[in-house]
Amino acid sequence: MNLTLHVWRQKGPQDKGKLVTYPAKDVSSDMSFLEMLDEVNDKLIKEGKDPIAFDHDCREGICGMCSSVVNGRPHGHQEKTTVCQLHMRQFEDGADIVVEPWLAKAFPIQKDLIVDRSALDVVMQAGGYTSCHTGGVPDANSQLIPKEIADFSMDAAECIGCGACIAACPNSSAMLFTSAKVSQFAVLPQGKAEAKVRVLEMTKAMLDEGFGNCTNHYECQEACPKGINVKFIATLNREYLKSFI
Amino acid sequence: MAVTGFMLVCFISVHLLGNLSVFFGVDAINIYAEKLHSLGPVVWIFRMAILLLFAVHITFGIQLTVENSSASPEAYAIKKRLKTTFAAESMIYTGLIILVFLLYHLLHFTVHVVHTDAVSAVQTLVNGRPDVFTMIGKSFNSAFISIVYVIAMCALFLHLSHGLQSFIQTFGLNNGKTQDTVTAIGKLAAIFYGLAYIAIPLAFLFHIVKI
Repeated sequence: MNLTLHVWRQKGPQDKGKLVTYPAKDVSSDMSFLEMLDEVNDKLIKEGKDPIAFDHDCREGICGMCSSVVNGRPHGHQEKTTVCQLHMRQFEDGADIVVEPWLAKAFPIQKDLIVDRSALDVVMQAGGYTSCHTGGVPDANSQLIPKEIADFSMDAAECIGCGACIAACPNSSAMLFTSAKVSQFAVLPQGKAEAKVRVLEMTKAMLDEGFGNCTNHYECQEACPKGINVKFIATLNREYLKSFI
Repeated sequence: MAVTGFMLVCFISVHLLGNLSVFFGVDAINIYAEKLHSLGPVVWIFRMAILLLFAVHITFGIQLTVENSSASPEAYAIKKRLKTTFAAESMIYTGLIILVFLLYHLLHFTVHVVHTDAVSAVQTLVNGRPDVFTMIGKSFNSAFISIVYVIAMCALFLHLSHGLQSFIQTFGLNNGKTQDTVTAIGKLAAIFYGLAYIAIPLAFLFHIVKI
């Protein structure tokens, strides 16, 4: 396959940045998107040019590090797929591909496609935990949890914190991320103790970090590589209202 | 937004019920208008409360828009719309159209300072009551006035088609099973409000209801 890439290049946080066009020649359709970028970078390095900086870690779709908007969609057009698991067979030969970083005030660009997502860590630190007993290991299943509650919590816990929801949101709101983190604990007995403080603190941290407000566009749900549902946003709103009772 | 929005939906529901009385003859709306006016201070308290609701709703709406544009200052070279709708994206604009319309509507039917030829009909008594019916009818016989009202009600339809389902979500009343139904009912209700309000000027413009 031969492709034309238009990649966002930005030397540093203060640089203005612009889209730069690169040819990607003889690309195997079995490559992942990041492997294709690796090959383009090899060529750039050989030419003595600065390679394209992009975030990645596990490349198995579970770490939430890769963060590129491909042709106007966070993680590209394949549903429920991170960009590291997006394969080149999903593109047509000769295609033009525009690659941009997540754009949000809370995610300052560090270089090229790399953004600083530590704002999400701040939101987690504000309340994304449960207190537990120290001492002996409790028996497994000593606390019975109905299957549908466990499933609900696990579905919320599927969030890998990649930030695609924020990148997709017209308001750069982190509501889907925060709601998933609030919901995974809110429904479990272990999460009840801190439920009130958690929802208030995490929501406050979300706004303090410069994320926008949710106006229910639901772009986040469509962009999420883990299919996190906006029902968790309703759960967060419920938890928020409950915290005042 | 959701709390004030919900209260304003309650207001437009009651307002619509009153207005639809134009379809039940000259006396129906005239009796309704006379009853309202006979309430005296209560009607003024109600009016002030509604204006306050509008003011809070508009202030929050503008604040939300400013905060959200500041959270998202850069635009992508390419951005695909995945799930959102034109109605959701244009809430601030449809809201501002409704605000301008509201001022015009108050100047027209409440303060009576615009379209004075048509609204002067209210000075005449029919069966001992001010003739609100003819005031409305004469106004809407003008294509210009009717078109203004129809455009404003289209904006109201768009605003409600996002707003109605949005407040259910914001109140946390949604879940995975109800989402699609809530969205569909919200849109259907918005169509109902839009068509019902538009029916009034068009009925007079096309002489379906005659003055």
